[in-house]
Amino acid sequence: MTTIPTPASRAPAAAFIFKKALISALVALVLFSLMIGIRTEAGPSGQLIYWTRFGDLAAMVGIVFGGSIVVELLRQWWGPVGTVRIVPPQMQSALAVAGRLVAPLLLIFAFLVPVIFYDQRYILDLGILVLTYVMLGWGLNVVVGLAGLLDLGYVAFYAVGAYSYALLATNFGWSFWVCLPLAGILAAFWGVLLGFPVLRLRGDYLAIVTLAFGEIIRLVIINWQSLTGGPNGVSGIPRPTLFGIPLTPGPNGLAAKLGIEFSPTHRIVFLFYLILALALLTNWVTIRLRRLPIGRAWEALREDEVACRALGINITTTKLTAFATGAMFGGFAGAFFATRQGFISPESFTFQESALVLAIVVLGGMGSQLGVALAALTMIGGFELFRGLEQYRMLVFGLAMVLLMIWRPRGLIGHRAPTVFLRHAQTISSDLVKEGHG
Amino acid sequence: MDYFAQQVINGVVLGSIYGLIAIGYTMVYGIVGMINFAHGDIFMIGGFIALISFLILVSLGLTFVPVILLIVLLVSMAITALYGWTVERIAYRPLRHSFRLAPMLSAIGMSFVLSNYSQVAQGARVKPVPPIITGGYTLLDSNGFVVRLSNVQIVVVITTIVLLAIFTWLVSRTRLGRDMRACEQDQTMAALLGVDVDRTISMTFVIGAALAAVAGMMYLLYYGLVDFYMGFVAGIKAFTAAVLGGIGSLPGAMLGGLLIGLIETLWSAYFSVEYKDVAAFSILIIVLIFLPTGLLGRPEVEKV
Amino acid sequence: MSDDILKVDHLTMRFGGIVAVNDLSFGAERRQITALIGPNGAGKTTVFNCVTGFYKPTSGAIRLAHDNGAQFRLETLKDFRISKLAKVARTFQNIRLFPGMTALENLMVAQHNALMLASGLTFLGLIGAPSWRTAEKRAIDLAKFWLDRIGLLDRADDAAGNLPYGDQRRLEIARAMCTEPALLCLDEPAAGLNARESAALSDLLLSIRADQGTSILLIEHDMSVVMEISDRIVVMDYGVKIAEGKPKDVRDDPKVIAAYLGVEDEEVAAVEQELGL
Repeated sequence: MTTIPTPASRAPAAAFIFKKALISALVALVLFSLMIGIRTEAGPSGQLIYWTRFGDLAAMVGIVFGGSIVVELLRQWWGPVGTVRIVPPQMQSALAVAGRLVAPLLLIFAFLVPVIFYDQRYILDLGILVLTYVMLGWGLNVVVGLAGLLDLGYVAFYAVGAYSYALLATNFGWSFWVCLPLAGILAAFWGVLLGFPVLRLRGDYLAIVTLAFGEIIRLVIINWQSLTGGPNGVSGIPRPTLFGIPLTPGPNGLAAKLGIEFSPTHRIVFLFYLILALALLTNWVTIRLRRLPIGRAWEALREDEVACRALGINITTTKLTAFATGAMFGGFAGAFFATRQGFISPESFTFQESALVLAIVVLGGMGSQLGVALAALTMIGGFELFRGLEQYRMLVFGLAMVLLMIWRPRGLIGHRAPTVFLRHAQTISSDLVKEGHG
Repeated sequence: MDYFAQQVINGVVLGSIYGLIAIGYTMVYGIVGMINFAHGDIFMIGGFIALISFLILVSLGLTFVPVILLIVLLVSMAITALYGWTVERIAYRPLRHSFRLAPMLSAIGMSFVLSNYSQVAQGARVKPVPPIITGGYTLLDSNGFVVRLSNVQIVVVITTIVLLAIFTWLVSRTRLGRDMRACEQDQTMAALLGVDVDRTISMTFVIGAALAAVAGMMYLLYYGLVDFYMGFVAGIKAFTAAVLGGIGSLPGAMLGGLLIGLIETLWSAYFSVEYKDVAAFSILIIVLIFLPTGLLGRPEVEKV
Repeated sequence: MSDDILKVDHLTMRFGGIVAVNDLSFGAERRQITALIGPNGAGKTTVFNCVTGFYKPTSGAIRLAHDNGAQFRLETLKDFRISKLAKVARTFQNIRLFPGMTALENLMVAQHNALMLASGLTFLGLIGAPSWRTAEKRAIDLAKFWLDRIGLLDRADDAAGNLPYGDQRRLEIARAMCTEPALLCLDEPAAGLNARESAALSDLLLSIRADQGTSILLIEHDMSVVMEISDRIVVMDYGVKIAEGKPKDVRDDPKVIAAYLGVEDEEVAAVEQELGL
């Protein structure tokens, strides 16, 4: 199918593009004929009725025809896929400087968000959402990016964390700060529990088992109504306190103690800094762990499991610690989610969440902390653009996933930074870095 | 005992549907080595297309049920097969030699695309159809408990058997089948020997999708409804079936499908309906841990 | 009586109906280089995989004795424990480095178990305890020592996957040495090397034996290397030992020649005559 015409043959090229677009349009016509051309719906008496939408069908086919021409033109303009583009040295160094500056600038910006957007509740909420996913991405990155273990059920640990806090707080009245570590520990425990049976599995099998595990947790939450409230979820989850001082209007509230006027924004700002701190903790621990033997063993495991065994590395404990560490961060994030929402239900913990977090990790460039943060910002931000178009959201998300993978299979930041060096740290091209087998 | 017999009948019918989907998983996994996450949604699309084409035929005034069923079957197979082809062409082929995670995520993305596409195109509500095939036979009637074999069940099982026979012939006797088996062994070598690998892989997706369409139509006939979300759970269960039977093995996929169908039905009948999916997923996990090569799969030897 | 670091007794390994190794017994002497040779498919790598725990032998015993008298039954140990406790390190026929990690990182991973203890199972390391810092520095020094030994100190920060083939071979040996093994098992270390690189490899192995006192067991097809550095040679064919002894004895053994030429014992004389040997 790689019939890329040479520039000398302009006229055949035009014919070629036209022919290709025509075929695409024809395929689209068949694909959409029944699905879009006809709309079915259960009528008032329960009987199925249908009506035609040939206008929509024609429009879709037209879009495919036009889109196909555009794509083909772009492809010719861009040249064959895989062409190495030489970036001039000045620009390369400029890019390198910019690359070094991105992380600190992003961090400063994150710290300033509540100051700049103090009055804009929407932006603060969005910031909290993005940071939650940054944290989840960093947590999953330990499992997928470093240890190379494919986990499609990460949301299970998020759920365990959220329900741990929700149930402990509503049933026993325990405070957020006691429950937070407990949520992490419980999630880590579940991580080990999942890790044990799947130790021998590799690749896609591991992925599907973790997916099944995530679904099992969700189904159990739905059906174990006496404990979890089933599909109705848990409501009335206590809001977090600043080490015992509630952020409420009354005389015991933080505002009264500080002698300032109460504002509901205080709590939002507090939540923002809380998740920022949690995310940064995740990041700091991960960066630290990478430079410790356990982190190197994770990466070595991703590179070559057999060689690890030959070097005396216990791959069982290495895998389990990776699962447990990733799960623990997921648990923290879950506890935060529960306290922020005040209400949780199984609907928040579907496979789509796992897929979203995994997409953030892979799009970020596996193992790259900065990449994951950027990917979370892009994905969640992009998601927000479709806030009004709820039903198109997942459709666009799915399409974006496909296109991003085709565009950058190795993610935004496609190189690995070494954990130790003698003279200078050279980044390692992603072509060399393995992605794990298990 | 009568209750048990009835459940076995129901289980076999459900298992036939799972088995048809499982074949698509197992074929693609055998050749491309990836889990086609979108396959469950292809099955769902098949169900929708069967529904719509059925609706049109009825409104055109056709009344002879066998003819309607045959046309619906052919139309849904053809169009769904084209969906399978398109998915492969758009989402998987550009990533054929890429890193392992990329096609997997692309497949997950494609699964979202398909299920939300049909939600957008056909609405989120469940689409019911009146029973198309009615009647049946009473096999046993003792103490007021009846074991029934309905005509729908007969149609489902017979269609499955016929299609399996055609499919088996296709894989074992035709040039295409030989090419498929060659690509499964070694794509590079197959290409060197003149096998059009791209075309063979495309055909694998086409055949898998066509069989999934049959499963979708059978599901529609049997349960009388389709909805945009049914692909996900059915897909995972069918994948479980493929793994249980031994991934890459075609008879294994069918055997696994039957087993999963039976287990699910019996679990619902004797334990709890709420936890039937938990049971299916647990079986997946248990099988993968203790029998990673499945019942009929080839053992994998670790090379050092 | 010879002082064997490794004693393999009546080792048998079956895969289904195939007998890859059949009732094999041999020893590897302490601080000596023992070579395991034989035609392709003789079962040499299977022996290696049994010794290093990647396969569990069908029957037989594999004994290892450290200098201090500690005894290990390798067939009962899990693969990673063989390296961790019994101090047996190995390389692979098709190089198995960590290609996305630097040469230095590869050597750091090899010191995992020692560093794991030093980092207080990660917790001391996480808070940056001084004891951990010194241990890490020592580990880097050991890695530097071996990088220097194999002449790759300049390329310490390069990805292992970017190194030329010959360098990768040596790096894999250095990595094995960083586990501070008592017995070093090398699976065809000279495969794919040119004559100059082979000679350098011989020197490296001889110096490892002399300086570190490490016993070496190697599989090799390059007879120039084998004959030059081996103290003792064990010859295998079809899973059984057909000869054992000093290099020159083995070289002249008609059974060995027959195995390599692929003819029956009785015909060897005829073949030799034909070839003018």
